[in-house]
Amino acid sequence: MTAVRGVGQFYPVGSPLHELDPRAKVVATALLVVGLFFVDSAAGFAVAGTAAALLVAVSRVPLRVFLGLLRPVAFIVALTFFFQVFFLREGPTLFRWGFVEVHEGGLEMGLLLSARLLILVTTAGLLTATTAPVALADGIEDLLSPLKRLRFPAHEVAMMMTIALRFIPTLGEEAQKISRAQAARGADFTSGGLLARARALVPILVPLTIGAFRRADELAEAMESRGYRGGQGRVRYRELRFRTRDALALVLTVLVVLAAVLL
Amino acid sequence: MADPASISCEHLTYSYPGAAPALSGITLEVRAGEYVGVVGPNGGGKSTLVRLLNGLLVADSGHVRVAGFDPAAEPFEVRRRAGVLFQNPDNGLVAPFVEDDVAFGLENLGVERVEMRERVREAIRSVGLTGYERREPHTLSGGEKQRVALAGLLAVGPEILLLDEPTAMLDPAGRGEVLGRVRELRGSRTVLHVTHHLEELFDADRVLVLNGGRLVAAAAPEALFSDADLLRENRLVLPTVPRLASDLGLPFCRTPEELAAAVERRSRDNSGVEAR
Repeated sequence: MTAVRGVGQFYPVGSPLHELDPRAKVVATALLVVGLFFVDSAAGFAVAGTAAALLVAVSRVPLRVFLGLLRPVAFIVALTFFFQVFFLREGPTLFRWGFVEVHEGGLEMGLLLSARLLILVTTAGLLTATTAPVALADGIEDLLSPLKRLRFPAHEVAMMMTIALRFIPTLGEEAQKISRAQAARGADFTSGGLLARARALVPILVPLTIGAFRRADELAEAMESRGYRGGQGRVRYRELRFRTRDALALVLTVLVVLAAVLL
Repeated sequence: MADPASISCEHLTYSYPGAAPALSGITLEVRAGEYVGVVGPNGGGKSTLVRLLNGLLVADSGHVRVAGFDPAAEPFEVRRRAGVLFQNPDNGLVAPFVEDDVAFGLENLGVERVEMRERVREAIRSVGLTGYERREPHTLSGGEKQRVALAGLLAVGPEILLLDEPTAMLDPAGRGEVLGRVRELRGSRTVLHVTHHLEELFDADRVLVLNGGRLVAAAAPEALFSDADLLRENRLVLPTVPRLASDLGLPFCRTPEELAAAVERRSRDNSGVEAR
C-alpha cells in the first residue's frame, strides 16, 4: 500500500536543525512568521529569503519536500500576484495594452506579497520537516504551560496535536480507499466544474467523517485502558533540553528578523 | 486479599442504554496463570465482558474483582495490572512512532525516565520488533501493529492480559506472529482470550461460551469442541482438522499430524480385528 504522507510531515534525516530543541524552533518560526509581516522592502525580503534558503540547505531535507509543500499554495500565490500586478495602479506605468495596465508599484507589491507567502510556507515546512511530531507537541506543551495557571489545557492541546499528526496518514489512506471504492462504483471526481467536483467529494467525506468518529471512540477506549488520565502525574518519555546552541539559534533568528524588518 | 493475578465475577449484569442485557448473571473465576478462552456468536457479550473487567464499562449489578480490585471503583489500579489488547491496532496506537507508543502506558503511570527507556527497549525486544523504534505505525503490517500494541501492554508489566479478538483483522501471517508472542507469555500471565477462531484456543486451560449475554458452557477445549450440539447451538464452527476427526468418529485432533496418527491407529486396530 502506498504510504500517504501528509503535508508538512517530519523528514527524519540528521541535521543541525533536527538537533535543535523544539521549543527554540517553534519560537524561531513564530518570530520569522510574525517578522515577515513587517518586512516591506525588497532588501528585507532578500534577507528573509536568503535565510530561508540557507535553512533549507542546512536541514538536509530534499528540495522536493518543500516544492511539494509549495504546490498547494501556488494557486494562491499566482492569484495574489495577478491581482497586485493588474489592479494596483501606483507608480509609473510599465506596460499598457488596451485597458490592461501594469504599474511599477503593482509589480513590486505582487512580487513582495508572493515572496512573503513562499517564505512563510517554507518556514512552517522547515519546522514540521525537522521536528518529530512528539517533540513538536512536547515543545508546544512546554511553551503553553505558563497558561495552565489560567486553566488553559496545554497538555490536552499537545495531545490533540500528537494524535492529529499520528492519524493524518491513516485518514489519508482511508480517504484513498473510499475514493477508489466510490470510483469503482462509477463516481467521477475529475470532470465537471468546481461545484460538480466539490459535490462529488461528498460521498468521500461522509464515510470518512463517520469512520473518524468511530476511530476516535476506539482510540479513547484504548487510551483509557492504558491508564491515560490527562497530564496529571505524567512523565514524558522524551526529555527536552534547551542548550547553548538553541539560545544561539534564537539570537541569530532575532538578528535576521531585525535586519529584514529594518532594511 | 484475592490473588493479584486472578479475575472473578459474580452475578454480573450489564445493559447498554435502551437495549436488552448484554450480560446477564455472569459468574466466573479465572485463577492466576490460567489461559482461558472466551467464544460465542457476535453480540454474545464477549467484548462487553472485557470492557467491564477493565473498568471501561460499569456493571449494572454484581461484583467484579480483577487482581483484587473493583474495576468500577479503582480503574487505574486495575489497568496497571490488567492490559487490554483490542481488535483493531490501527485505532489503539496513540503516538506517531513505535517507541513513543510503547512508552505511552509508562508515561501515564509516571515511571521514571531512565527506567522507562529500559522497559520500552525490553518490551520492543520481547515482541521481536527491535529496530522498529523509529518506524511510524502506518508503515507497519497489521501483525506488526498488533505486536506494537502488545509491547505497549507488556512494558507496563500487567499480570493479566485481556485479549479482545486481537487477530480478527490480521492476515494468517500476522495472526501467527501475534499468537506466537501470546503463547510465549503462557504461564507467566493470566490470559483471558476472546476470539472467533476456535483453533486459537486448542491449548487453553478452559474455554467459556457466551451467548445472548449468558455463560452457557465452561469446559476444557477437548470436551467443549467435541460437543457437536453445543457448537451448533452457539454458532461455533470447528476448523477443518478437528471437524474431519469428529466426522470420522475419531477423538479430538488439533493438527493434521494428530489426525493422520489417529487414522493410522484406527486402521491398525481394524486390521488387527480382521486378522483375528
